[in-house]
Amino acid sequence: MTLTAQDVADITRLLEESSFDELYLELDGLKLSLRRQGAGGAPAAPALADSPPPAAPRNAGPAPDVAPSPQPAASAPSARTAATQSDVQSVAAPLLGTFYRAPKPGAAPFVEIGSQVKEDTVIGIIEVMKLMNAVRAGTCGIVAEIVAQDGALVEYGEALVRIDTTGQA
Amino acid sequence: MTIKRILIANRGEIAARIIRTCRLLGIETVLAASSADRHSVPARLADRTLCIGPARSTESYLQVGTIVQAALGVRADAIHPGYGFLSERAALARACEENGIIFIGPTAEQIASVGDKLRARSEAQAADVPVVPGGAVEDLEDAMTLAVRLGAPLLVKAVGGGGGRGMKRIEDVTELPQAVQLAASEAGVAFGDARLYLERFVTGGRHIEVQVLGDGAGRVIHLGERDCSVQRRYQKLIEETPAPNLSASLRERLHAAAVRFAERLAYRGAGTVEFLVDPARDAFYFLEMNARIQVEHPVTEAVTGIDLIAEQIAIADGAGLRIRQEQITWQGCALECRVNAEDPARDFQPSPGRVATVRWPAGEGIRVDTHIEAGSQVPPFYDSLLAKIIAHAPNRTAALMRMRQALIAAQVTGISTNLTLHQDILADAQFQAGGVDTGFLTRYLQRSDTGAAHG
Repeated sequence: MTLTAQDVADITRLLEESSFDELYLELDGLKLSLRRQGAGGAPAAPALADSPPPAAPRNAGPAPDVAPSPQPAASAPSARTAATQSDVQSVAAPLLGTFYRAPKPGAAPFVEIGSQVKEDTVIGIIEVMKLMNAVRAGTCGIVAEIVAQDGALVEYGEALVRIDTTGQA
Repeated sequence: MTIKRILIANRGEIAARIIRTCRLLGIETVLAASSADRHSVPARLADRTLCIGPARSTESYLQVGTIVQAALGVRADAIHPGYGFLSERAALARACEENGIIFIGPTAEQIASVGDKLRARSEAQAADVPVVPGGAVEDLEDAMTLAVRLGAPLLVKAVGGGGGRGMKRIEDVTELPQAVQLAASEAGVAFGDARLYLERFVTGGRHIEVQVLGDGAGRVIHLGERDCSVQRRYQKLIEETPAPNLSASLRERLHAAAVRFAERLAYRGAGTVEFLVDPARDAFYFLEMNARIQVEHPVTEAVTGIDLIAEQIAIADGAGLRIRQEQITWQGCALECRVNAEDPARDFQPSPGRVATVRWPAGEGIRVDTHIEAGSQVPPFYDSLLAKIIAHAPNRTAALMRMRQALIAAQVTGISTNLTLHQDILADAQFQAGGVDTGFLTRYLQRSDTGAAHG
């Protein structure tokens, strides 16, 4: 199953005309993830295989349809563009569970601030009922921030670490 | 009381309903919500909300491990499963038992024994509760022999099914081979269990169920019955209590049979024993037991004044039965209309989307259980229940009148609902007379279709 550029354009238009903020489409061997810019969270990006769809919990509810904006309409998109162009990406928890920074108690953490990571670098593990799930960076770059506490309960979609994708050696 | 914090593993109106009682009891609530329900009304009402996974319920609400981990993570004393989702999965009850979490419901063993239709059926027989003539079948030849003995019409059912899924009705024994094949493959896919059984289809039957509470040590009380005969494709639409036009002796026999069945299991918590009532023969048959709180529990609460969620919590907390059978009294009549996001004019197509405006009825004898307000999103991933409108009055005529006024006052814009259909049914002479059978709604819809075509 493949999608043509026209298909994607059609699907995007459907989302724009709908009242929904996000759309996830899964076909055989293909995942398409679309998100309205106003919906908060990470900018729309093609989802990588294995990677969780939303990069961060939505920071605000859906925008009201006819709320007067305190800012000129034009300034909002430019502010969003700036955010989009920022090169720090969050690695989101792919499932709810207990987050561990190290493979076992007392061991060195998988990553520290400044660690160089690749897409398949493990940044931590999430335990769900004694099942350990490795969480991978999903992008290349340098760890800029460790957000989640070791041993803490993390929700689905919660930011675990942030990665500066410009920081490549 | 050892239960101080409850994790609610559900969504929608029942999550909001559970939170309401927890607040009255001073119990903290943590809602386990999918990403689609992060900003729902119950998420706002709960003391805390945890996002347990994506919208799709197989990756969120149906994940036993995630739910238990969430409860452990927030140090919840107990899990309330609501209805649907994991409420009748023995695996969740067992995982709770293994992890020191109180499961607000029956034991894993009890869930397993009522969840398997064949086991439930033999338990009923052992408790001297009549069952519909029928039995399990091994293969087609076996099915043929039994079908000829029972006589058509017949129902072909999946042993692990429920809610009408995996069920086929045949009018003639010649239709059996196809029905058996279809039901077996459907059941295999949907429930991972291809076992089947046949039973006689009772024409003109009514669906009447009895609410029970058990302390888990063998003591069981009943809170009367509910008539849920107004249904379409086994989905209930209107429920009422007491069941209208039912002889006092049949009513008493139903209550006693439900109590006997639950006593045999030493049932713990709130449960419902469902019966098929054959008014022509003044007989009834055991259908199944639902080992959870039911959608339609508010009509029972209205006439008894008992908060069923509070009793569920008390029993789970080890307080046992706080009410004796002789203390239960029934005041008046209550009806419930299920308001769904669906379009009856388009073959009941679901109508998800954003609710623009909402007006729910209020006033004496009116209760609305809902999770919908203006601006609410109705996600396409879950059931279409928007609200339950409950009307209570001293007698059935007054309750019907109250409900009709409430339905006129109710208004939902932005999505389609079945509010008008409810008004039409309540204006119907047969429904007003009371005691309709489970085929009533289908016949009514065909009638009104024909009427519309001619009109």
